[in-house]
Order: sequence, then structure tokens, then C-alpha cells
Amino acid sequence: MAKKYDLNEVEVWDGNYAASQALRQAQVDVVAAYPITPSTPIVENYGNYVANGYIDGEFVMVESEHAAMSGCVGAAASGGRVATATSSQGFALMVEVLYQASGMRLPIVLTVVNRALASPLNVRGDHSDMYLGRDSGWIQLDSFNAQEAYDMVLCAFRIGENMNVRLPVMVHQDGFITSHTAQNVSPLSDDEAYAFVGEYQPYNDMLDFSKPVTYGAQTEEDWHYEHKARQHKALMDSRDVINSVFEEYKAKTGREYKRVESYLMDDAEVAIVALGTTVETCLLAAKQLREEEGIKAGVVAPRCFRPFPFDMIRDALMNVKALCVMDRSAPGGAMGALFNEVSAALYTTPNRPIITNYIYGLGGRDFSVKEAKRIFKEQLAHAEAGEITTDIQQFSGLRGPKLGFFKTKRS
Amino acid sequence: MAFNYDQYLRLEKMPTLWCWGCGDGVILKAFIRAVDKMGWSKDDVCVVSGIGCSGRFSSYVDFNTIHTTHGRTVAFATGVKLANPDKHVICVGGDGDALAIGGNHTIHGCRRNIDINFIVINNFIYGLTNSQTSPTTPQGMWTVSQKAGNIDPTFDACKLAIAAGATFVAREKVNDPRKLEKVFVEGFKHRGFSFFDILSNCHINLGRKNKMQSAMENLDWIDAITVSKKKYDEMSEDERLNLLPTGILKQDTAAREYCDMYEDIKAVQQGKRKVLTQDDFEKKI
Repeated sequence: MAKKYDLNEVEVWDGNYAASQALRQAQVDVVAAYPITPSTPIVENYGNYVANGYIDGEFVMVESEHAAMSGCVGAAASGGRVATATSSQGFALMVEVLYQASGMRLPIVLTVVNRALASPLNVRGDHSDMYLGRDSGWIQLDSFNAQEAYDMVLCAFRIGENMNVRLPVMVHQDGFITSHTAQNVSPLSDDEAYAFVGEYQPYNDMLDFSKPVTYGAQTEEDWHYEHKARQHKALMDSRDVINSVFEEYKAKTGREYKRVESYLMDDAEVAIVALGTTVETCLLAAKQLREEEGIKAGVVAPRCFRPFPFDMIRDALMNVKALCVMDRSAPGGAMGALFNEVSAALYTTPNRPIITNYIYGLGGRDFSVKEAKRIFKEQLAHAEAGEITTDIQQFSGLRGPKLGFFKTKRS
Repeated sequence: MAFNYDQYLRLEKMPTLWCWGCGDGVILKAFIRAVDKMGWSKDDVCVVSGIGCSGRFSSYVDFNTIHTTHGRTVAFATGVKLANPDKHVICVGGDGDALAIGGNHTIHGCRRNIDINFIVINNFIYGLTNSQTSPTTPQGMWTVSQKAGNIDPTFDACKLAIAAGATFVAREKVNDPRKLEKVFVEGFKHRGFSFFDILSNCHINLGRKNKMQSAMENLDWIDAITVSKKKYDEMSEDERLNLLPTGILKQDTAAREYCDMYEDIKAVQQGKRKVLTQDDFEKKI
């Protein structure tokens, strides 16, 4: 029997510690991991809990992230509750196996501490790794601070392990800004948390010798398509489960989460759509603009990046006049990925608000409240002019000459 | 006159991020002196490094350098060497780089016997990420990932390289900077895959929790676990149990180097010779 922590009502935890405490409370059976900055402390702490008797589980340090996720797939297929953590290059190395995990419908929880992808080598936070995982068939939950990093990890087990879902779940937090910044976190007690997450229920596990199964069967043109379509359907159908898990979590903790978070949006005329810690920066800017200048600014943030909340995004933004979508990942010769998805959702609305795209914060470049205010005001200018007054895609906080692409009218 | 390292360093990158007393600086200096002894032009040298403390190597030296992904130095370097067979290619990696995440590339670099010099800075731990078990961490030592004591058996990096087919294999330690320089020179002269297992101290992330809190204590431990090849060869199996031999452990000048063999393939494609058959190789299986 694992020892228990006597937690305070409010603890001072950074995002990494918060995530690792949630893993402990879920009593994960197997963690296979490889160290990488900035997510190392999550699995390091887990190793501590195991060594000190706070978890009845196994911690195995393997020789690469590819091996780490492979080990997780094996353990999950054998019927265990499984989790690990990674960032950036480690995430990139895991990608091959991420598709195995989702294709095999294994409810692994991966805490991703977002960090830029090399080259150039960079250990700071941006969303390139999160975007790299967006077609991998995993559920992707995003957290904007340490409290949410804790909450989302607990919810992730419930969502992924639900018998109608059985899919792996990533929980994202921003490298350093969330992962290494100590904040107030209100945890559940060990008993409450475990009661919420529940006993792990194996499904088609390989250790059930009365019913032998195979994982990773080969399907060519005969059945592959049907398999992937069903997998997509499971991902889409997980939306209802996510909603109900969030509702149950609210009843337990008072903290309310939605697949799309809307802040100050009831009467908003201009909005910013963002992910990660930028959401809180923009929210602060919006509050200040409302108080100081009466600008009706609001913020919309997909809590659930996958499955993408197409309809909820549309509903949240259809009545604004102009909005800007912020992408913290090098777009690689296209508009930002979040911009494209939000634009597609808004194309189906009658008013089709003016929508523009900012690339920002790559490799940990700071994004300030001042800059968020300037961007809100730029949206106001678009709204007043009734058209886009700048390039459609711009770069925020970039040194050197201004960089932008595409205009609404041909010059 | 004292040796002038500045001409080989990117001085704007100094000071290094290595901790006070780290052995990596000793290796860096020995490496520079060895390159100087070889008389190579800086433009003809390419340094390829991976990730970890050793990965910083390529940032500090003023050669053609590539800082690559974790463990893939030999793979990148194979491309560099095949495209520029007349240049001198040196890979620098750590024990994690060379033996864990990149172990596969290490064995295949050795097997091909391509003319790459692979310096493995072996400090027995993942240092940069703060003390996780590496493939060379001795059993029973404390690590962050195995606080109850490491149970993972270790690699003997040199035995691995010899078995995989490297034609020059040497082990040295930072305690002997002059020997380090000498062994680098010998390896750089060798045409074929040169593998260097260089034992270095990490008193910060290995020593601190394993009764070697200072650099000197860690170096003393390295001294205690090493013995010259000459003495090692004279020892019984029992005496060898907890010792690693240092010096040049293998040198085979007869085996053909990969770029040289590749010239044969080019000649075939240019119609200058017939296709290769098993008769062209002495060892047939």
C-alpha cells in the first residue's frame, strides 16, 4: 500500500511539480522515461515517489524517448495505467510511436512541456512540439498555468480511460513559464483525487490469458481505412466525455473547464485566440483595455486542441467584428495552423468576422501585455475600417524589418 | 612559450557552461593541441557534436561545426565524410549520446570503419539533465532516476567498439592530459573509425551523491578504476574485475576504410572496373 501525502489546501507548486503530483495521485503503474529539459522534473519527481514508497508502480529509465513511448505502449497493452513526460526533440523522437499508441487505442497520458524544436537548438517554450502532435490521433488538452496543469492531468486519465474513448491523451503546459514558475495550486487530497480518477479498468489487455489478443495487426487497403475512420470517430465522440468529465470535476473542485474557454466575450467586439500562458497575458490586456479605454476586448482559448472544437470556436467568435489568432510555432510556409482552423470554423458563420494571424514568441521570445494591447487595438482598427488594414499574417516581437504576408486587396 | 589556444576557440563563446572543475575543458584543450600537432588547417576540420554537456564542444571550437540532435553525431558525420572524404571529421558525444539514444549509430559507424574520429566523453551520468542513470553509470551508484541504487548493468564502451568493428579503439582519462593528447594524435593519424572512450569527472551530478564531492575525489576514483593496458594484460581475470584498461586497446591497419571502398563503387559506376564480388574481399562472411 502506497504511503499518502498530507497536502495543504493551497500548495506552492510549479507546473512540473503539479503534473507529477497528479501522476502520483493517479497511482500510475508504469512510467518509462528519458530526461529532457524542461520536462525532466516530472518523471524525476515520479521516480522520487516510487523510491520513497508513495507509489505502487514501476519507473524505468530507458535509452531514448522512442524507447520511452514504446515501453509505455507495451505496458498499456498489458493492462496498466501508464504515463510519461517529454518536450521538444524528445517529443519529435516519440512521434512514430505516438501513432502506434493512438492506433492501438491505448489510454496513455503524456505530459508535454512545450518547447521549441531545433534547429537552432533552443530549450525555451513555444508550441512547435504541440503542433507536431496534432494529427497523431491523441486527445490534446492545454493548460495555461500550474493549477490547470494539475487539473488537466487528473481529467486526462478519466477521459482517455473511458470505455467509449480509450485513446491516449496529451496534457500540455508551456516550458519554463508554467513548468518552472511556482504558483498557488489547490490540489485534491490523495483519496479524493484517486476516487475521481478511479481504479484502472483494463480492456483487451494482453495479460488476460483466457482471451489472447494481438496489438498492431497489419491492415492494408482492405481494412486500414475503416480502422482510421473509426479512430477519428472515437476522437470526435470523445467530446461528450470530455464535457462530462469537466462537469464532474467542477462539481468536485468548483473549478470550471470547457473545451473552449471564453473570457470577457459576452459583449466583445474584438478578440484574440491563443494557447498556453499567452491566454492569461491577453486576458490581462483585455481587462486593462476595458477599464482604461472602454475597448470591448475578449479572449478565446481552445482548452481542447484535439479534438478541435470547431463548433464551439464558431459560437464563441461569430459575433465579434475582428479577431486575431496567435500561433506560437513557425508556420513553415503557410498561415499559422490555429489561424487556419479558426478561419475554417468562422467561414461557416453569416457575418464572417475579420480575421488575421500573428506568429509570436518562438523559442521563448517574451510576449507582453503591452504587445497584446497593441494587437487588440489593431483589431479595432480593422473593425472600424471594415477591412484588414495590415498584412494578414504578421510577426510580433521580431527584431529587424517588419515581416508580413498577404493583403486582402491586390496592390 | 605557452600553447596559444585562442586561435582555435570562439572566444566570444567563453566562458564555457561547464561547471568549475569539469573534465570537459581538459579534453577540449587536449583535442586542440592534437589538431595543432596534426598540422590540419582549421578549414579542413569538421566537429560534429550531439546533446548534453559534451554537445557544447562544437560551439566552442573555431572549425566547421555542426551541433546535431541527441545521439545522431555519427549519422550526421557519415554524411559529412562521404561528401568530403578528404576532410577530417571529429564527432564528440557523451555516454548518453554514444551508448544510449545513439548506440545504434555508434555500432554501425564502427562496423563500416569509416574514417571518423569519435570522442566519447564518458562521465558515467546524464550531467546536463541532473543525474539520471546512463549506460555507463556503475551499478549501485545513486542517481536521480534510481535513488535506491542503480541496477542497470554497464557498457564497456571499448569492448562494444572493438566488437562492432572499429579499427582504432583507445581509452584515456582526463587525469592524464598529455596522454589524452597523444592518443588523439594516434587516432587522428589512423585511417578508419577511431573510437576514444575518454573518462571524465562529473563531481557535480555524479560525485556529489556518490561520496566524490570534489573534482579531485572524482578524479581519484577514475584513477582507481583504471590501469594501463600493459599492466592489465599481465593481470589475472580476478584482478581485472573492477578495472578498465587505458591506452590504445586495438589498432588494425589492414582493414579497408569505407570511403576508400566507396571509390571502388564509383569506379564501377564510371565503367572503370567490374562490379564487386565476394572474390574482392578476403573475409567472406
